[in-house]
Amino acid sequence: MGTNFLDNSFFRNIYCNLSKSDDIRCSGGGWLGDGILPAGYEWLAFLITAVVMAMVLINLVLGSVLIFIWAERRLLGRFQSRIGPNRWGPYGTLTPVADAIKTLFKEDIVPTAADRWVFNAAPIVMMVPATMVLAVIPWGTGTFLADLNIGILFIIAITSLSTFAIVMAGWGSQNRYAMFGAMRAVAMLISYEIPMALSLLGVLMLAGSLSLVSVVNAQDVPFILVQPLGFLVFFIASIAEINRAPFDVAEAESELGAGYHSDYSGMKFGLFLNAEFMATILSAAVIVAVFLSGGRGWSFIPSQGWFIIKMIPVLFFIVWTRAAWPRMRIDQILTFAWKGLIILAFINVAVSAILSFVWPDPTMRELWFMVAINFGVLIVSVMAVGAWFGPQGASAPNMSHGDALPRPRPAGQPSGGDS
Amino acid sequence: MIGLGLLNGLIVTMKAAIRGPVTVQYPDRRVGLLGAARELGMSPFQFLVKRPKDAVKAAAGFATVEDKIAQGPRFRGQDFNWYEDRCTGCASCAKFCPLGIIEIVTSPSDTLKSQGEVYNIDVFDIDIGRCMFCGICVEVCPYDALHMGSGFELGTYERKDLVISVDALRTKKNTPSTWFRPQLEETAYNPHSGESRPWTEVGRHEQPTDEELNERWVDER
Repeated sequence: MGTNFLDNSFFRNIYCNLSKSDDIRCSGGGWLGDGILPAGYEWLAFLITAVVMAMVLINLVLGSVLIFIWAERRLLGRFQSRIGPNRWGPYGTLTPVADAIKTLFKEDIVPTAADRWVFNAAPIVMMVPATMVLAVIPWGTGTFLADLNIGILFIIAITSLSTFAIVMAGWGSQNRYAMFGAMRAVAMLISYEIPMALSLLGVLMLAGSLSLVSVVNAQDVPFILVQPLGFLVFFIASIAEINRAPFDVAEAESELGAGYHSDYSGMKFGLFLNAEFMATILSAAVIVAVFLSGGRGWSFIPSQGWFIIKMIPVLFFIVWTRAAWPRMRIDQILTFAWKGLIILAFINVAVSAILSFVWPDPTMRELWFMVAINFGVLIVSVMAVGAWFGPQGASAPNMSHGDALPRPRPAGQPSGGDS
Repeated sequence: MIGLGLLNGLIVTMKAAIRGPVTVQYPDRRVGLLGAARELGMSPFQFLVKRPKDAVKAAAGFATVEDKIAQGPRFRGQDFNWYEDRCTGCASCAKFCPLGIIEIVTSPSDTLKSQGEVYNIDVFDIDIGRCMFCGICVEVCPYDALHMGSGFELGTYERKDLVISVDALRTKKNTPSTWFRPQLEETAYNPHSGESRPWTEVGRHEQPTDEELNERWVDER
């Protein structure tokens, strides 16, 4: 048990109560006295502390899933001139609870043709990345499970596990709709891993570290201003990674039933749903930590409060886009990733590299220069990529059947509508 | 220009969100503490003091108030209004009913012929469980005694309750729909106000005054 865990105030407040430590950061013990456990049981104190922290964080996120489900349904209702759930509890706040109870009591059906092991394991595998990512997120000053020095890499690596879960669900169901959803999801998720990782490179150059805590500490100016292009690409890619509209082809209700979880019922379906909402919340948390300066802000609100306050507009925007934009076709989605986002991400990397070479240790003034330059780069590059790879070239793959020769575009015809 | 369509979608949905919902929460809607107090015409404080139990219930979100959309006066409801004063028991409605669901049993009455020949109506059953609400019975009634009403909440728990008996028709409040009698509309009559119309006002033609009746009939008798 390394003593660097004691940097974490969340950890320290529990650990110092349980175990006697010579460390200066633990001097005076906790509010329960200095060490309840006898000497030699530091491992037990460490274990208890870790379990308590994990339980608290996971349950907080699960609780916020309930709130988010309610908020999303109410907001979607408003966006569609409806009211949304309003019968159970004040303003329908207890609706997710009722949903959860209903889901718990539903029959758990396993199709006869299903590959039982894979089918049953898929929801559990789906929950793994959702619960693991929250370990490295700094929810406030000193409020995190672990300050991994490879935090961002960890997030990118772990979130790709959800691809496995989706393939397992699609394959295990032995259902064509589910398989379609899974195949689409694989194509999409793997494509969007690349711009997602690339868009974070600029952040890493500025922060000089992969640890999320250091990234937050490096943000004297929030990186959404210094890295607007990186933020745009990361935001779009993370919406795709969490399978939400307009990238929800994996479960496209109107086309595939429910996509990869068509055949799931009861609590297995509940786990999928839960993991999806947890992923949404956690991706908002990652965006806040990486681009919106995490829990930093004026000190009259605690840093955890700042973190949540900053998450709300991000989540609101994710819900808003779901209400506003139609689902993209799978070929459009892939074209968008490979011909649009990856190019934008590379431009961002190049510009950030040049800027961090020119100003290796930027002062406040130089940071604001970088903001101005990067916003210029954002506008120019989005326009340029849109013009060269946009609707004209991208969304018109030759879909004509039985037409061997590519159809010539009539002269003088304007390119298609805006994207 | 790239991205304008996306912005447009965002603006449209945000406008809808700001405009607010258009839902009518028939048959009732949940109100909070303030809403319940407003419904009762009290201030929230008065409400808390005078009816604490209801106030707690409202604050927990379990108070409901009726929420209905206003029907037009021509809304052709699914109940029947019957004016016994007009009915002679001729059973035209029963004869013309395409489904044969009206049953009329009459017996001779003690009224004198000089007072107008009328039958006693013993049974007048309309089985609205099988009715298709075509309105032919209303159109063929020579004396304008039968009308379609303006109500529509006729759900029952048993099939037999769907048969309207003569007693139910007698005691029912008559609020005929103006679909069949546009002249009712000219008097600014709205059946949904719950106000009952007397039999003199629901005929196809204007009811003759007593003087006119005297002129036309008394001498001949």
